[in-house]
Amino acid sequence: MIEEKFDAIVVGAGMAGNAAALTLAQRGLKVLQLERGEYSGSKNVQGAILYADMLEKLIPDFREDAPLERHLVEQRFWMMDDRSHTGLHYRSDDFNEEKPNRYTIIRAQFDKWFSQKVREAGATVLCETTVTELAQDAYGKVIGVRTDRADGEIHADVVVLAEGVNGLLGTRAGLRQRPTPDKVALAVKEMHFLPRETIEARFNLRGDEGMVIEAAGTISRGMTGMGFIYANKECISLGIGCLVADFQRTGETPYGLLDRFKRHPSVAPLIEGSEVKEYAAHLIPEGGFKAIPQLYGEGWVVVGDAAQLNNAIHREGSNLAMTSGRIAAEAIFQVKSRKDPMTAENLSLYKKMLDESFVIKDLKKYKDMPALMHTQSQNFFLTYPELVSKAMQNFLRVDGTPKVEKEKTTFKSFIKARSWSGLFGDAFRLARAWR
Amino acid sequence: MSIEPSVRVEDKLFYNRYLVDAGRAHIKVRPHTTPSPELLSMLKACPARCYELNDKGQVEITVDGCIECGTCRVICEGSGDIEWSYPRGGYGVLFKFG
Ligand SMILES: Cc1cc2nc3c(=O)[nH]c(=O)nc-3n(C[C@H](O)[C@H](O)[C@H](O)COP(=O)(O)OP(=O)(O)OC[C@H]3O[C@@H](n4cnc5c(N)ncnc54)[C@H](O)[C@@H]3O)c2cc1C
Ligand code: SF4
Repeated sequence: MIEEKFDAIVVGAGMAGNAAALTLAQRGLKVLQLERGEYSGSKNVQGAILYADMLEKLIPDFREDAPLERHLVEQRFWMMDDRSHTGLHYRSDDFNEEKPNRYTIIRAQFDKWFSQKVREAGATVLCETTVTELAQDAYGKVIGVRTDRADGEIHADVVVLAEGVNGLLGTRAGLRQRPTPDKVALAVKEMHFLPRETIEARFNLRGDEGMVIEAAGTISRGMTGMGFIYANKECISLGIGCLVADFQRTGETPYGLLDRFKRHPSVAPLIEGSEVKEYAAHLIPEGGFKAIPQLYGEGWVVVGDAAQLNNAIHREGSNLAMTSGRIAAEAIFQVKSRKDPMTAENLSLYKKMLDESFVIKDLKKYKDMPALMHTQSQNFFLTYPELVSKAMQNFLRVDGTPKVEKEKTTFKSFIKARSWSGLFGDAFRLARAWR
Repeated sequence: MSIEPSVRVEDKLFYNRYLVDAGRAHIKVRPHTTPSPELLSMLKACPARCYELNDKGQVEITVDGCIECGTCRVICEGSGDIEWSYPRGGYGVLFKFG
């Protein structure tokens, strides 16, 4: 057993864990961070869009040395059927600002940099160490962790669980349930390398400008899911994710889905000639507000994906992870400063502070979206994309059909596919869940 | 109908780096005579195709190519079909990009 006792042990060196460990160390606490990967980032997968605001709160001058790929000046939303896409694009020169708001990043490289900042702030970071269990006293209070190293029990006043979406330790200790197939999505992703100039030409970018595409429609074969294509400096991140319950139900393979997405006539030319250098897979929490578990207890708090803090509608996760990690650390610091013990009652401050932040407010706003998307997946991901595509073709093809008749055809196809009540019902349910 | 070219996951996994912990599989399938529906669904749902059917119709796992996503845990741990944990520290998949 490591005799030394720590003020706090942070399990995991992802976005949430690094934010927590950094904040705790900056406040002068004695922190030990444990990470199972060879280095921070070696197990982590993301699209990845970084939201600057949440990182700025931790490291105000991060732009000076963080490994950022491109700042985003353009966002494309694609609604796809098998041969077409209908797009909504937004591009603005306003995004070419001194302190851009969103960047693409490469997680393994970004996390390595972040971890260096954690070390510089004074935390002890131990990689290649898998935490196998929480150490609890006779009353169930968490007093530390057990690891897979010899004599691996280590003690601390409080354990910050930043272990990511699988949340194995929390489940093993009975602090929360294992995620269920309807509450997590499985995403698969590839890294496609191309010369910088090729990427800039294909995506209409200059210098470090970046763009991302979010795609939905028949690419997910009626499952609840989304595809993405993100431009980095010299590579393109391309992936697709769907609910695990849908994979289980349909028997679709994740790699089959990914390859079909790559071969789509709208996508193939963008990655033509690329060299693939990695294939990754990861789960994403999709349950939203209603899936948030107990966030604190005797001697522990849980942050980031492990607490299911993920906004699937906006594809935000890392910012909720960083923010929950920072807030948990601030709450711990306050309890510690008052020389109070790390009891559940005192640590409830973390939840109170989190409730007041955008993290819980945003998740609350969309609390009905996950259920709606999951029960209506056939309509939202198959029927509507196909209808919209047909409507667009009908609108654009000039073939001598009078416009009045064209409009009637489009109108009828919608009614035929979904009926009046179906259409109104879907619109109403969507509006209500969005509100 | 268009013919779908078959996708070889093995080729995809070839891009990745792994440090295999020989002799210490981090996921184990409970011995069985007939596989449960959950276990059978893993033949398709595992993104690294770690699960395969042997000639007796039982589901087997080879963890060498596992990308540690947790999908099989989410689907199969509850029914007791598998035991799931992470590889020992430092072992398993090593993402360069992630
Ligand atoms: C394909 C994909 C695309 C995404 N795109 C975006 C995006 O564009 N923007 C965005 O904001 N979010 C995105 N997300 C979500 C985002 O990646 C997550 O919300 C974020 O990484 C969560 O951070 P975390 O620290 O909670 O978990 P993680 O980053 O997963 O970190 C958990 C860490 O804990 C370690 N760990 C786990 N268990 C143990 C243990 N027992 N012992 C020791 N170490 C352990 C892991 O190795 C890992 O380093 C995406 C996710 C995926 C999968
Ligand atoms: S963790 Fe993921 S990659 Fe590994 S065996 Fe299970 S489903 Fe397959």
